[in-house]
Amino acid sequence: MLLFDVSPGMALVSAVTVIRAKNPVHSVLFFIPVPRNTSGLLPLSGLDFFAMIFLVVHIGAIAVSLSFVVMMPDTKIAEIHENILRYFPVGGIIGLIFRWTNLETLGNLLYTNYSVPFLVSSLISLVAMIGAIVLTIHKSTKVKRQDVF
Amino acid sequence: MTNIIKISEKELAQFFNELKIITTFSESIWILAYTLTLVLVVTTGVLVIVWLERKISAGVQQRIGPEYAGPLGIIQSLADGIKLLLKEDIIPAGSNAWLFTIGPAIVVIPVFLTYLVIPFGQNIILANLNIGVFFWIAISSVVPLGLLMSGYGSNNKYSFLGGLRAAAQSISYEIPLALCVLSISLLSGSLSTVDIVEIQSKYGFLSWNVWRQPIGFIVFLISSLAECERLPFDLPEAEEELVAGYQTEYSGIKFALFYVGSYLNLLISSLFVTILYLGGWKSSIPFVENFIQNISINYGINESFDVLKPVLDIFTTLSKSYLFLFISILTRRTLPRVRIDQLLDLGWKFLLPIALGNLLLTASFQILSIN
Repeated sequence: MLLFDVSPGMALVSAVTVIRAKNPVHSVLFFIPVPRNTSGLLPLSGLDFFAMIFLVVHIGAIAVSLSFVVMMPDTKIAEIHENILRYFPVGGIIGLIFRWTNLETLGNLLYTNYSVPFLVSSLISLVAMIGAIVLTIHKSTKVKRQDVF
Repeated sequence: MTNIIKISEKELAQFFNELKIITTFSESIWILAYTLTLVLVVTTGVLVIVWLERKISAGVQQRIGPEYAGPLGIIQSLADGIKLLLKEDIIPAGSNAWLFTIGPAIVVIPVFLTYLVIPFGQNIILANLNIGVFFWIAISSVVPLGLLMSGYGSNNKYSFLGGLRAAAQSISYEIPLALCVLSISLLSGSLSTVDIVEIQSKYGFLSWNVWRQPIGFIVFLISSLAECERLPFDLPEAEEELVAGYQTEYSGIKFALFYVGSYLNLLISSLFVTILYLGGWKSSIPFVENFIQNISINYGINESFDVLKPVLDIFTTLSKSYLFLFISILTRRTLPRVRIDQLLDLGWKFLLPIALGNLLLTASFQILSIN
């Protein structure tokens, strides 16, 4: 399949562009093709549900909220001069860890034996969301609040 | 005469059999043909919706509305579209031309893609995916990116604020929407749009999901209105505050793309209301389908029924969804616009808890009924 070669290549190219782009907004926007191309591969291997999950999580949630944050401040592009090799050691070590440890066994364990705790851990974010809503709804007399409207 | 046609058919079939390489090619051509038909029909649907909106708004405000172009002004929206096509395409100075151009496309393409999973009838669907409804949710989560891009690329404060507002709004209303869809899929045990409709087919309108999910229905309706940025929730385009929001700097066909996209989105939402809650293409009168089928079998008009059935299916689906279009147009003319803080309050503090509670209720009733 041609798609099997092209999609990861495009994903890699855009991943490199994310790191190298001068304008932070551009680097956020170049992040979008990465999950899009990888999720394009998943239906080919019969994992269409996971492809959609990839789209929702990475593009719908992460990319949108990142671009939200990055677009707001007025960044001076000319001021950004960074040494390419500055982050190389940290990134290299993380990459080597992924290379050495057996990721496949980890995945197998997480999705089979420990699938229930793995799912329960996702409830933490639900609790966080409910907590944030409750904080804004609850009107207590002890806390001084800003009443804008 | 018929003999000649039959012979030529055989010859044609032989001819195509000999060219075996071409079969895959012709299949892909057919896929293109189906897709093109759907796109054309849907775009015509947009023209009809625009005309309907103008006529109904005129009726509400006791005006006449479009009148001169064609009978009852029905060609008016086509004329507007052609005018927009021929207008000059302006790219503002100091803007990011790439983002400015890509933005509208990214807004419209996901909406067109969503029509893949819409069943207009038993077999009238482009792709009956296992994950149909989830496909819609995933694809429509790409839209806010396009809005942000066009807002940022325009190099205009109003556009930028409008883009940010639009993205915030569609993110916050996507969650209750997804939760409502989730409870529906819990009820029907499937994410496929065809299966969801099939399950509601037993007793006509009595087996619709509206009766089993009244809360979910209302939440879905409100949040789909907000997703389409329709009035009372059209904050991103609030004229008094933001000129026209992210559309401010756009002209010509790019503006038309936004316009078409919003109406397509409206049609999608009302189609999904029909599919998820109102039994899709299934007829709303109990047992009438079996009755008609029995008659057609008994009186030997089975073949004509096979032709008639798809037409009836499409008619039922469209009439149900146009009812919701009518409701949303009426809401536009009757309700005032909410403020941005009221909008976010409604989304996060009212609809989201209600949708979560609805999901929990549905899940616990499902567990009870299984036990």
